[in-house]
Amino acid sequence: MILTLLHTQDDGSLPKAALETVSAAISLAQETGAELKVGIIGNDAAGAANAISACGASAFLTVSAPEVASPRYATDAAAAAALIKTSGAEIILAPGTSRFARCLPGAAFRAGAQADTHVVSVKAEGGKVVAQRWFYRQRILGSFTRNATPWLLMIDSGVYEPFSAAPGMAAATEAAVEFGTEQKTKFSGIEAPAADAQTIRPDAQLLFVAGAGWTKKQKDGQTHVGEAGSLIQGFLKLAKASLGSSKSIVDMQSEGQEALTFITHMNQVGQTGSTPRHAKGLSTCCHGEEPHVVGWRFINERRAVNLDPNCGWAQGKADVLYVADAFEVMSKVNEMLQA
Amino acid sequence: MTNGFQIVVCGSLVPDPLQTLEPVSSPQGPGLKNETMLPSVLDPWAACALYEAANLAKQIPGSKVYLVSLGPKAKLQQLMMTVAQKVPFELVAVDGSASGFTDAQQVAEQLAAAIGAIPGLDKSRLLLFGGCSSASRDAGVTLQLIGERLGIQDQFTAVDELKVADDGSFTVKERIEGGRYQVSTCTGAPAVLAWATGSLPEPPNNPQVGMMNMRGVMPALMKARKAEVNTGAVAYAATEIPAQKRDTRIVKDTPAEEIAREIVEWIRR
Repeated sequence: MILTLLHTQDDGSLPKAALETVSAAISLAQETGAELKVGIIGNDAAGAANAISACGASAFLTVSAPEVASPRYATDAAAAAALIKTSGAEIILAPGTSRFARCLPGAAFRAGAQADTHVVSVKAEGGKVVAQRWFYRQRILGSFTRNATPWLLMIDSGVYEPFSAAPGMAAATEAAVEFGTEQKTKFSGIEAPAADAQTIRPDAQLLFVAGAGWTKKQKDGQTHVGEAGSLIQGFLKLAKASLGSSKSIVDMQSEGQEALTFITHMNQVGQTGSTPRHAKGLSTCCHGEEPHVVGWRFINERRAVNLDPNCGWAQGKADVLYVADAFEVMSKVNEMLQA
Repeated sequence: MTNGFQIVVCGSLVPDPLQTLEPVSSPQGPGLKNETMLPSVLDPWAACALYEAANLAKQIPGSKVYLVSLGPKAKLQQLMMTVAQKVPFELVAVDGSASGFTDAQQVAEQLAAAIGAIPGLDKSRLLLFGGCSSASRDAGVTLQLIGERLGIQDQFTAVDELKVADDGSFTVKERIEGGRYQVSTCTGAPAVLAWATGSLPEPPNNPQVGMMNMRGVMPALMKARKAEVNTGAVAYAATEIPAQKRDTRIVKDTPAEEIAREIVEWIRR
């Protein structure tokens, strides 16, 4: 039996990553011939069950108690463990959202399950469920199975198409959960940058990466950090791109150097940053060293602007390398996008 | 906060990120070619956790930092030559594989046992730190499992900020989707905090700190318990480096305007 374990968002809807996991679960259930169940945690879980009632599940289990209205490890782990146990599933598929990344490995432990995360493929092969995930920060791809059940697999976002069907009526059953006594942790809220200051856009087509070269001395022997900031922010606005950065440009701030203050560790891509999924990526003033480029694993089309014709991007890491001054190129790009 | 925190940081060695990694198979499961020869560094996110731990311990009198590391003893010794110069800590070493292909369940069991055996450990003062995922297994599972084994109900993942109040309660900022933070408060220890980058730079080497730490490091390595960690219930079918080398077209000696036009056309396509 397969359980697809999901959670709702504040408004009761399912996040895109959850709908992608539903598709993965349907596909695996068809391949294995296993029964499919759905478990949903959070606000209006029953409403969310209705939204995916056409997924072919034989049962919909929900936990919508006030304790799980907001994300918190203790209560989310208790709810997830209860759903895993109640369902009796051998395979559990769940989206790798931040809410589930916080609690599901712990929930799996409570339910006697074993957990794997960042799964990029799950299918039936030779009567077994075989998963794929990356090791060593997107350097080595491993295919594996587990000789133990229950087995919980957290699916990375962007791998499967989101499930889509007309909503119906799912006969959801609310599961009983022991949340324990008073919780020590309280959810205070979400802190988000102002809409016009938001530079991380997971759904953008294009990732724009700024490297440390933007803050270095230019042809005239001077730095032009202010101009660099205007060019980058102008481009992000015009191209509706998501902003990534190298580690070195972020570290400059903590080292007291003149820096682009709108770039934070959150923008960092690579070994100690994120590995975003975008259709295209444009790198500027970044050398394309391996610790950074491992974060580009899921960027399909890659182009780079750099003054060094022998930089990492030239070594088969980009489709096109423009050996040029990024200040001049991006200034012209912005002019053309604005026209 | 009268007695301070006991901050246990879990972190081990990973191959230097500049190294080329090549998977190899063995009867014990997958590994890396020349694994024992590869230069190592302290796992980057665990290093962030260690620096945050040291900074917190400095601010709150009575606090102490432990670094609990599972890795081959000889490689841990090499690693400590640099790490021990960064911030004050007491090492708890466990001698076993630091491979990214070992099973997190087994690693968590070994680390929880090592933490539980720290003399004088007071769980009511315990903050369990580590990276939000390693640069080897990169799963983000181990710390939660250790927390569960130690009975810790309050856990936080991808932490960038921890602010402790006078009464020992604290506020945590965790990274969530879309460049946002989830803000939570907790009435106090024990808690698990799996760090993202935090906000501190890498401390400069301090030979005095190094000498002080090394007094404890060598005995800790001498008495490091042997731990059998392997692939556990995981059966690997294949490990591979995908062929992703691109045929890079290099455009040079071209006016900026022409390059810009090509980029704009590509973006709009």
